[in-house]
Amino acid sequence: MYTKRLIRTIVSRMLASDVPSITSQSWSQLKANSTLQVNRFCSSVPKPQKDLVKVTFLLRDGQRQEVKAKVGDNLLDIIVENSVDIDGFGACEGTLACSTCHLIFKQEDYDKIPDKPTDEELDMLDLAFGLTETSRLGCQVIVTKDMDGLEISVPKGVSDARR
Amino acid sequence: MTLCKLRSQWLAFKSMKVPMDFKLFVAFKLWHLNGQRQQSTVSKVISGGQKPHTHVAIVGSGPAGFYTTQQLLKGNPNIVIDIYEKLPVPFGLVRFGVAPDHPEVKNVIHTFTQTAQNDRCHFWGNVEVGKDVTLEELTDTYTAVVLCYGASHDRLLEIPGEDLPNVISARSFVGWYNGLPQHKNLAVSLDCESAVVLGHGNVALDVARILLTPVSQLQKTDISQHALEVLSRSKIKQVHVVGRRGPLQVAFTIKELREMVNLPDTRTTIQPQDVQGLDKIITDIPRPRKRLTELVFNSATHPSAETIKKWAEASREWRLVFLRSPIKIQEAGDGQVKAVEFTVNRLEGNNLMTQRAISTDVTESLQCGLVLRSIGYKSLPLDNSLPFDSHKGVIQHKDSRVQGRKGLYCSGWAANGPVGVILGTMTDAFETGKVILQDIENGALQNQEKDKREKLIDKFKSKAVSFSEWTKIDLAETSAGEKIGKVREKLTDIQQMLHIAKS
Repeated sequence: MYTKRLIRTIVSRMLASDVPSITSQSWSQLKANSTLQVNRFCSSVPKPQKDLVKVTFLLRDGQRQEVKAKVGDNLLDIIVENSVDIDGFGACEGTLACSTCHLIFKQEDYDKIPDKPTDEELDMLDLAFGLTETSRLGCQVIVTKDMDGLEISVPKGVSDARR
Repeated sequence: MTLCKLRSQWLAFKSMKVPMDFKLFVAFKLWHLNGQRQQSTVSKVISGGQKPHTHVAIVGSGPAGFYTTQQLLKGNPNIVIDIYEKLPVPFGLVRFGVAPDHPEVKNVIHTFTQTAQNDRCHFWGNVEVGKDVTLEELTDTYTAVVLCYGASHDRLLEIPGEDLPNVISARSFVGWYNGLPQHKNLAVSLDCESAVVLGHGNVALDVARILLTPVSQLQKTDISQHALEVLSRSKIKQVHVVGRRGPLQVAFTIKELREMVNLPDTRTTIQPQDVQGLDKIITDIPRPRKRLTELVFNSATHPSAETIKKWAEASREWRLVFLRSPIKIQEAGDGQVKAVEFTVNRLEGNNLMTQRAISTDVTESLQCGLVLRSIGYKSLPLDNSLPFDSHKGVIQHKDSRVQGRKGLYCSGWAANGPVGVILGTMTDAFETGKVILQDIENGALQNQEKDKREKLIDKFKSKAVSFSEWTKIDLAETSAGEKIGKVREKLTDIQQMLHIAKS
């Protein structure tokens, strides 16, 4: 516990300098990167490469960002690992305690997501700005092979939506 | 050495099979190197005669302060931020407001820590604006000043008996179990069977939940030890959570209600007549009100068989009570609280969601030995010159720009009142940041002299707690927690905090 914390502090200190703000999860990034490093340095037998699919995010400013997403990862991790720049995304780091990783799907894509939202996910989504019937939390959506070519919208933050 | 190289070397090294101690040693070495590199970059920037920096002061280090800082640092590479904090420790209500059994919500601290460790951000803890420095001194020495000091006072009921012992503001109670230095000695007696919580917001449910949660669940959290000891001797069996309006007007959110309904060893009681007819209108209500109302309705009328079984075996109970306004807190002969007297209300108004409570002639009493008042917080003006709406308890502003004060901004609860979860504050703070960036871009703000600012900082520099000094307090707290099986044991004595910070 203590060691983990210490390393986290050190690593965040290392990463903090030139990255002006956001994107949280340097720890997730680190975890992801270090797996690659394990492959390169420690293992004589290459581990099977995870399948990759193409996912496109439609950002708040109208820009499109296409990324390669690993099958089996959740969309929050994919956004963090690919440094997709969304202010405040994933504030609770995927623990179902906020709704900052709110994403909007097309109806047909929404219907195809294998895991349906739990009450707890819907509870958090209820607090999201710009909630739609096809909204999900990125941290709860696991990428599948079928999702190749998926287009996902990042909702606009609305400042006066406080209730 | 570039950051990239440092990072990849560390990553490669980290995955090797060497003892943990050695890894830690190398980690420290890298950290140190990186620190030196940062320093040299800073001196290069300063001596290189680049574009002069724009200095912004942020007053308050809670979510509003940190999210505004993030936006400013990201949006303009020439902005340098000074964050002022009254206490020696950062993070405001994330540390002192968020309930100890909601550790996930506190994960925002990781990004705040990254922000605070940015070269262009300085944390000045233990420096109180209004005492150690004046607001005028800040506005005179910074290009922009952003007030993010939250809402530090609570509203009063203004009814007889409010000053009796064990009639406590929920705000103080929260501060007490969260280790806020000013409330560590709060006199709380849980030597009674029944408590009344007045209010239907998330804070009301937080305090009710803490009163009813088994101590075995709380003892691993960062709840303060003094509170845990009192809670472990608690005799409270029943908590009434009372609001003046009906189920459609509650201000708490569904997550908090679901936690109450699922509390171990605790029964939920909602009178079916209070929710009568709700099923007919639920379908027409938009989310989020819809799902919240559904949960209230289902818990009152047809809980699941499993839930019924759990509730039947429960030794404690919480009751959600509607349409009651407190008019008097009754005193027993010995000067202790005996009961709260209420008038029964009816609702008036065409819009179901915004109906008002109107008192009737009917009154009733609830016996209790503890009253927690949770009817809202309010902000106070930091300075007499500040345009302030004392009715709403907020700074007067338009789009975060304080009325009639160029270069002065406000964000978060100090600007908008104490409403909503961190998400609302975050969105608001990002907007505040954008407004300031825009004003800087348009040349609407004036940079101030560096000498004047340095002179000001010299005034409090020796007493101020820097962010790296805070990390010493952080480490002391987590180590103290580890010894007793908790994630953290917060220091509650300011002198002790300062002692560790300056050691």
